[in-house]
Amino acid sequence: MTEKTPTSPLGAPSRRAFLAASAALSASLFLPKGLRAQDFPTATVNTTGLAVTDTDVTVGILHSVTGTMAISETGSVQAEKLAIDQINAQGGVLGRQINFVQEDGASDWPTFAEKARKLLVDDKVASVMGCWTSASRKAVLPVFEQYNGMLYYPTFYEGLEESPNVIYTGQEATQQIIAGIDWVTKTKGAKSFYLLGSDYIWPRTSNKIARKHIEKLGLEVVGEEYYPLGHTQFNSVINKIKLKKPDVIYAIVVGGSNVAFYKQLKAAGIDMTKEKPLLLTISVTEDEIRGIGGENIDGAYACMKYFQSLDNPNNIEFVKAFKAAYGEDMVIGDVTQAAYLGPWLWKAAVEKAGSFDIDKIKEASPGIELATAPEGYVKVHENHHLWSKTRVGHAQADGQYKVVFETADLVEPDPFPEGYQ
Amino acid sequence: MFADYSWGELVSIFAMQGFAGLILFSVFVLMALGLAIIFGQMGVINMAHGEFMILGAYVTYLVSRLFETYLPALFGIYFFLAMALAFVVAGALGMVVEWALIRRLYKRPLDTLLATWGLSLILQQLFRTVFGAREVGVTIPQWMMGSLPLTDTIEVPINGLFVMALAMGISAAIYVLMFRSRWGLQVRAVVANRVMADAVGINTERTDRLTFGIGCGVAGVAGAAFTMIGSTGPTSGQLYIVDTFLVVVFGGAGSLIGTIASAFSISQAQSILEFFLSGSMAKVLTLLAVVGILMVRPQGLFALKLRK
Repeated sequence: MTEKTPTSPLGAPSRRAFLAASAALSASLFLPKGLRAQDFPTATVNTTGLAVTDTDVTVGILHSVTGTMAISETGSVQAEKLAIDQINAQGGVLGRQINFVQEDGASDWPTFAEKARKLLVDDKVASVMGCWTSASRKAVLPVFEQYNGMLYYPTFYEGLEESPNVIYTGQEATQQIIAGIDWVTKTKGAKSFYLLGSDYIWPRTSNKIARKHIEKLGLEVVGEEYYPLGHTQFNSVINKIKLKKPDVIYAIVVGGSNVAFYKQLKAAGIDMTKEKPLLLTISVTEDEIRGIGGENIDGAYACMKYFQSLDNPNNIEFVKAFKAAYGEDMVIGDVTQAAYLGPWLWKAAVEKAGSFDIDKIKEASPGIELATAPEGYVKVHENHHLWSKTRVGHAQADGQYKVVFETADLVEPDPFPEGYQ
Repeated sequence: MFADYSWGELVSIFAMQGFAGLILFSVFVLMALGLAIIFGQMGVINMAHGEFMILGAYVTYLVSRLFETYLPALFGIYFFLAMALAFVVAGALGMVVEWALIRRLYKRPLDTLLATWGLSLILQQLFRTVFGAREVGVTIPQWMMGSLPLTDTIEVPINGLFVMALAMGISAAIYVLMFRSRWGLQVRAVVANRVMADAVGINTERTDRLTFGIGCGVAGVAGAAFTMIGSTGPTSGQLYIVDTFLVVVFGGAGSLIGTIASAFSISQAQSILEFFLSGSMAKVLTLLAVVGILMVRPQGLFALKLRK
């Protein structure tokens, strides 16, 4: 599963499609352009022997394209390839065209570690865009720290981590959760919550933060429950929810279970459009709705940083380019957008540092701003997470979210939140 | 935990919880019947069972898209055609697999396990290539998705009723096939003594192929029905396979009644425990109980007595 050229990988955009799309896009971008490679001699910008030549630089893409996680990671791969193609069309990074080597983590954590080692040691890639689940990130982390690589990680996750070798382009848990709970209590008057999740680290840590915050507000958690990954029968818990009558069902169900949960919720006569109870989730993006079916989740609310329907010029261009490259029926979820930021943030860091050296990129990363992000302006924090806005979307029958709330300011990332652990 | 509720509320909750248990029971029966036929009657461990189910689900998806595009007026009833087609397609693929793969391995039962596991990986990747890695959304006709309010507080999901009816229908059909038809007689003869059955003129090869095909076809129908309650993606079949094996092994290989009894006890135990404990704990306790019972009774709940 090694692809060396950026021009003909499976599922990558055709050159014509992205040229058409990026012609429109580049007009709106105001990043430094026209940097020429000869102004940055390879010997000075690459002192550690990375795969950087006078004309090219190689990066790695490391996601699962086979196995159970391929469902989720496909969108990230597409977004990263699109960003790389757009950067190349604008003249590349320090005048060098980006090539990529794509490896398949195959939904298997040891494979992720092995492929990460291969990318860093054999291919000497200048950075890696990759991983999706926390388990895969934890598996590759020692490899990135040992061989001093740079990983751009796109998924919203539970926090409790801060590595100099990782830039976290998704939100950590407090960014995603607290604003959503504040919103639902203020605008919907919610008093009681039923917490529900799949049984692994992200839902459990997230619900812990949610519970602490709910209790801080003086409100009540009437139930908290976890089901094994892949669980397909939710009738019992739905009955329990009916019995407890919470104002809000706070759901962090993931994967195939999601589809089962929402279909059964609807079949059990809980009409989410009536908001009694109201359903608030942090795990269902537009990508997941394709599997669930818009009519089955109509009326639910989701809290995350990006929705495809965001109405700003950056996002309109991004959605257009994405659809031009991969087809009109594509949908873009939160993580896909975060994955798209990876190559752009890396490019900005390289240009700020004037070097491809990992140590210089690490140093240059905090403070980097990206005004062209589809989600709007973002900035890299000292802790390598992003300052970003949090939004609440209202699910519509057509499978899209309507944005009903957005935080006034950027929310500070706080991966080790005091008082929430 | 019930102190705050009135009698009426409690009655309705228990009624609905009982119903949830019955739905789970029907789901288990549907999942396990196809596997029980193949495992019980032929001794073949079909690890690709989940993928045959998902094949049925994908057939349903295709039929729904066809109806949406060409026959929107008849969309409300496409599901029945989809189930019939799912049976035919999954059954046909099952017969091809039996011919190409399984019949060469009858004398090496452990190898069938590896071979069908490989087959499941091949099918998963095939689904991924053809339908994409993402889950597809199967649109279910509106009339099948709501619920019937029996009283003010008791609501019965229609898709649950549908799954229950289907489970009963298929169980009855298989009973008739196995115990009231010539084919069933031949299957039972082959199970009891393959050499002798061959000697008295039963075409054992054809019997095997049909049995395997019918087992896979039933899996296809189950998969079609599960589009109402679960996801349809390349690896969704894996979600069902563990429970399916659990039901068949616990029930006792070779006994269809055993399969049904075991589906009933496991589903009731799980559904009741889920109500009083959390989801993960319910699963742990159910599995512990099954392990405990199998230690005392390794042949499962019901076992066929055979002269070997």
